[in-house]
Amino acid sequence: MSEARHRYVSSDRRVREDRRFVVGKGKFVADIDLPNTKHIALVTCPHAAARIKSIDKRAALNMPGVHYVVDGRELAEATLPLMTGLDTPNVPRRPLAVDVARYSGEWVAAVVANTRAQAEDAAEAIDVSYEPLPFVLDAEQAIAPGAVLVHQAHGSNVLLDKTFVWGDVDKDFKDSPRKLSLRVKWARSSTVPIETFGVVTTWDPWREILDVYASIQMPRYADQIGAALKIPSSSVRVHYDVDVGGSYGVKRGIKNTVLAGYLARRLGVPIRLIEDRLENMRGGDAHGPERLFDVEVAFDDNGVVRSMKMRALENLGAYAGRSPFQLGKPIGSIVGPYKIRSVQYRAIAVVTNKTTQDAVRGFGQGPTNLALERVIDEVANVLNLDPLEVRRRNLIRHEEFPYMIPSGTTYDSGDYHTVIDKVLADTNYAELKKERDRLRAEGKLAGIGIAACLEPSGGNATFEALLNPAITTSTFMDSCRIVVDGMGAITATMHTTSSGQGHETLVGTVIGEVLQIDPDTIRVARPDSLNSLPSGTPVGSRMAIMLGGAAFHAAQKLKAKLTAIAAHDLGIPPERAVYKDGNVFDRNAPQNKRTWADLVQIAHRNIHRMPDGCEPGLAVSHIYDVPTGGTLPTPDGRVQMYPCFAFEFHLILLSIDPDLGVPEIVRYRLGHDCGTQINPKIVRGMTMGGIAHGIGAALHEEFAYNDEGQLISQTFMDYLLPSSHEVPAIKIIDHETPSPHTVLGQKGSGESGYLGAPAAIANAVNDALKPLGVSINTLPLKVSKLGDLIAEARAKKGGK
Amino acid sequence: MHTLTRKEKPKESHMRIELTVNGAEHTLDIEPRTTLLDCLRDHLGLTGAHAGCEHGVCGACTVLVDGVAVRSCLMFSPQAEGAAITTIEGVTPGPGELSPVQDAFCETHGMQCGYCTPAMVLVAHALLADNPEPTREQIVEAISGNICRCTGYAQIVEAIALAAERIRGANRPPELRK
Repeated sequence: MSEARHRYVSSDRRVREDRRFVVGKGKFVADIDLPNTKHIALVTCPHAAARIKSIDKRAALNMPGVHYVVDGRELAEATLPLMTGLDTPNVPRRPLAVDVARYSGEWVAAVVANTRAQAEDAAEAIDVSYEPLPFVLDAEQAIAPGAVLVHQAHGSNVLLDKTFVWGDVDKDFKDSPRKLSLRVKWARSSTVPIETFGVVTTWDPWREILDVYASIQMPRYADQIGAALKIPSSSVRVHYDVDVGGSYGVKRGIKNTVLAGYLARRLGVPIRLIEDRLENMRGGDAHGPERLFDVEVAFDDNGVVRSMKMRALENLGAYAGRSPFQLGKPIGSIVGPYKIRSVQYRAIAVVTNKTTQDAVRGFGQGPTNLALERVIDEVANVLNLDPLEVRRRNLIRHEEFPYMIPSGTTYDSGDYHTVIDKVLADTNYAELKKERDRLRAEGKLAGIGIAACLEPSGGNATFEALLNPAITTSTFMDSCRIVVDGMGAITATMHTTSSGQGHETLVGTVIGEVLQIDPDTIRVARPDSLNSLPSGTPVGSRMAIMLGGAAFHAAQKLKAKLTAIAAHDLGIPPERAVYKDGNVFDRNAPQNKRTWADLVQIAHRNIHRMPDGCEPGLAVSHIYDVPTGGTLPTPDGRVQMYPCFAFEFHLILLSIDPDLGVPEIVRYRLGHDCGTQINPKIVRGMTMGGIAHGIGAALHEEFAYNDEGQLISQTFMDYLLPSSHEVPAIKIIDHETPSPHTVLGQKGSGESGYLGAPAAIANAVNDALKPLGVSINTLPLKVSKLGDLIAEARAKKGGK
Repeated sequence: MHTLTRKEKPKESHMRIELTVNGAEHTLDIEPRTTLLDCLRDHLGLTGAHAGCEHGVCGACTVLVDGVAVRSCLMFSPQAEGAAITTIEGVTPGPGELSPVQDAFCETHGMQCGYCTPAMVLVAHALLADNPEPTREQIVEAISGNICRCTGYAQIVEAIALAAERIRGANRPPELRK
């Protein structure tokens, strides 16, 4: 692909992290075994909402191995509420419920014992007296007048209700000959990593340091721990060398950490809280968006969409951390890859008596893409046009980049039509339609599904300021330090945890590329938070751009320093010194050179040979700011959000057994353009995994509640993650449109596949159902739901 | 670890068991309710087996019991007495070395976060011991009891196919290798 441009970047290299994982030597949080560690088990509320009348701990405290029981009141007296994104002081979020529990599964008390088993036994012996309270589960009911209030003191269930208008929506609607509206629902699901959240903490009262080992993926983790525990953040030492067993956004166990941190300080022993699956699913506060869209579009007879009104109603669950911001990120690509010239967007976030949400892969982009792509298909439907053709007519053309969308973000680059053409060169569209029609002739329901979506990446977090003007964050940096030691070995550092994204490989590859040195010889280490430079952490598909950018610039600084030292020692002007493969030579006399070993010797031991003002040693660092960042929103809510936008084009053929309602993905093609791929194995894996995750969200996964407010899909028997049987063979067709904003032309790919698969599947299912005259716009498209819908439609049609 | 000599008596709440793990014999005093998974991790320090769901669905805790892939979270450790237990530590040839299956997983990047990986590798070892030339469908079936949330399985399937091909090749005389 780019051998000519790069030596290591984009080549098919192994991922260095893999060696430790294949032998079971990853260092996961449950593998941390500190002497004298005590274990936490949790007491959870069995009601959707209840007043806690009393908590009788006596029996539990008398059980073998039990040390302590803490309840919400004790914890609330000693700690501050957890940080939230919106200013909602009357909706405080705490690790343990105080007086009122607001969802089934909420943590009410925590038991500390010698073993986890003893703690679990004792948790069952704690007698909590509850007075059940009225509750509300549905977002629309929660905003209705007279609704049950989840937080009485807040006075309403609405935490956010904000309307943006970008462009002349009224005029565009008035001038358009056609309009349609559609209601689309993204069901409550999440990323559900196979490793639950876990944390081990220990407090050293003499050094005044809280050591934290956690399976965490969260910005400002140490800050948030320190704030809640009322200790300086410099008293919190987060160990970033803990491997995280999957996250995809959701591993934000701040409440777990504050609870464990409090107990470690209170009891003076290491405390460990590894959620079991039930604790994770019910009370881990790790659910994802549950979003109801009402979308209206105005378009012409050719299917060209001029304007869109979108109302997004988000069911946050009982408390909110950063989750309402998931309504903000989609603003940065609110029109997707299309030239829609005006938009009205209303974002509403409400609390209900369900489990609390946190950030999920895409941070709200997946649901928005679903709504947008469903409505584009409906435009094609009402005009009886081909959905692919309608997309082609609306897509931004290659020559129109950089392209500013109505909400103020300028897309960096793209070549959407070419990506589509490449996919169709692989899979003939007319043939695919024939195959669909053949399946239909065989008695199957069959449909083609298309989705054309964007993945914003490298964000600067300005959605915070968009939704909460009190926040003035305009950067979201990342950093890299490179040290060449006295023996000439290179160690680079990164300053956060990873959960499978291959960041050590990323750093090694980029530095190796710049220094023209085999990346495998470069050590990549992760210092703890007290020894780290700033990192925004691996959220928002940002690390290839941001950590890659930091590593690139740090390596450039090192190269410049080596070149300056050599030029000085060779007695030549700096512009004559040429860096190559770690050595520096005189352009005019290449035999005059300084080797890597020479330069290390000079920098570390021969200050008398260094240029004036040059620091001894070979240590450089770079803190990298978000490209295109640095501005706050205008008063009418326009702002440059993400710097880079990757494109994905899904084309699938799906058949449904009309008697059973079982959908089967017959063919899956993806055109993917995320600019320069630093490691193609990693990008491919992320994308394949993203599609599988999207298949889950579209067809299988839902945190479903019954009328009593009980979560009824709280194990892996009911919350169905796709197995190898549910994921078809997928072919990815790559295209490379480099971003002009990044050091190597790279864009993010951590959310690829996931951001479009649900839309493509929903479109395919609806195409398949079309002959029956029915449609479905509520995820997940479960077998049972499809079976009932088909049976009903057939009965109406007089079929069997 | 907590391996005991045979002379000491177990506590009242505990029972004495003998386990054969990766070819080594261990005598342990444990609570009878201790799962094989917890026993391996907490008593024998073999942390390559991971807890994912602890109700037998995700497969992250898979170990081989007499060569068969078994969920160690669903088995009490006394039930494993008399069986040959193999964990990921047992299929790793030596310090810094990889089995052909482990190497193939690295070659195709058949993982991301690495949490389900030891179990996947063990399942692949068990499959290839029985069937040196599995079809794609057979590989998909073999790993279908192990959930991977990261990869979408494509590069895992490729890893196992590659390992099979390499092992077959290695067992042939050089002139017959591909």
